[in-house]
Amino acid sequence: MFYVPVSSSGGDTVNTGAAITPAQYVQHHLEHLTLNLRTFRVGDLQEAQGFWVLNLDTFLVSLILGIGLVVFLRFVAVRMREVPGGLQNFVEIMVGFVDKSISEVYHGKSKLLAPMSLIIFMWVFLMNAMDLLPVDLLWRILDLFGVTYFKNVPTADPNVTFAMSLAVFFLIIFYNIKIKKFHLAKEMLTVPFGGYLFPLNLVFRLIEECVKPLSLALRLFGNMFAGELVFILIALLPWWGQGLPGGIWAIFHILVITLQAFIFMMLTVVYLSMAHDTH
Amino acid sequence: MGINATLIGQFITFAILVWFTMKYVWPPITQAMHDREKKIAAGLEAAERSKRELEMAERKAMSIIRDAKQQATHIIDEASRHSVLLVEEAKQQAKEEGARMIELAQHEISREVTQAKEVLKTQLATLVVAGAEKVIQRHLDASAHMALLDELVAEI
Repeated sequence: MFYVPVSSSGGDTVNTGAAITPAQYVQHHLEHLTLNLRTFRVGDLQEAQGFWVLNLDTFLVSLILGIGLVVFLRFVAVRMREVPGGLQNFVEIMVGFVDKSISEVYHGKSKLLAPMSLIIFMWVFLMNAMDLLPVDLLWRILDLFGVTYFKNVPTADPNVTFAMSLAVFFLIIFYNIKIKKFHLAKEMLTVPFGGYLFPLNLVFRLIEECVKPLSLALRLFGNMFAGELVFILIALLPWWGQGLPGGIWAIFHILVITLQAFIFMMLTVVYLSMAHDTH
Repeated sequence: MGINATLIGQFITFAILVWFTMKYVWPPITQAMHDREKKIAAGLEAAERSKRELEMAERKAMSIIRDAKQQATHIIDEASRHSVLLVEEAKQQAKEEGARMIELAQHEISREVTQAKEVLKTQLATLVVAGAEKVIQRHLDASAHMALLDELVAEI
């Protein structure tokens, strides 16, 4: 059946060379490669408890993609020509696309929003695109070097999506206070039911604001996690039956990863423009 | 799965990526795009302007050519009219000159005829006298020929 080699240092239940059940296979593929920040032990499931654990796979893949992205962008940015060509065309299309999407919604003058939207869109897209790698590919290669667990889709890790959505959340709060100042208090107390129901208004407003990062993060995480899970389930099929469903799902996922990256970016812009607009 | 310290790491990564992009990626790219946009706009405007100027120059050139043509026809008309006038004048002058010369010639002729007549008269008279002398020498009959001589002189 399914063969999952395990490095000797791992303390998991799957024994070296043993055939495992589909449930164990799926479970194995849902485990992160972890680094316990208290004991500095890598890849130990027993140690992967509590808050002070770093998901090395998520962190490294997203870091490599992120650094690769900004290095690429910087590479193009310092070589901007009057007559564009090749890579510059591509980057200009992306920048123009993001700029246009923002200018349709947002009318403030933030120097932060546009570059942040570009990074969100392209970085999230790249991280999502890791989904299109075969589920066993990276892990099988790394297994040769004794790495037992490796999840290669950073956005299927809620830490990634929540980190970004919390950053957006803090910016929403920051701009709300910066732009509206004392008007914000009035707005929180009187909208939408008027001054007499101010406790209700306040509760409504707080829920509304807190739901924004939640919905942002969970939408992306849910989509990518579910997508990855379906790929894992397809990988459980016999080898002759994986091609067609895997291909169909991958083609469908090309749409999903792009769309989710765009939605994350667009909602960020919308939320921040709402923070700028007074009711 | 679940939230752990990765959240903090990702937050920092995200912040650094955004900061880097904001500082070193977005401004040069948008600046270059904006510069080019302006340049293209200026170029298009210049093209439009020069097209307009060309049109104007063409119109001006056409009007100058038209004027020149008009002037040329005017000059030619004037010249031909003038030449006709000159020819007429010349003809007139020639006629007058001719008439004057004819008159002069006739005058001269009549004068010379008169002169010749006078000369002839005197010569004839001499001749007649000479003839008469010869006749007289031979016949000495003056009376017989006197009447003849008188008649001759009268006739002259």
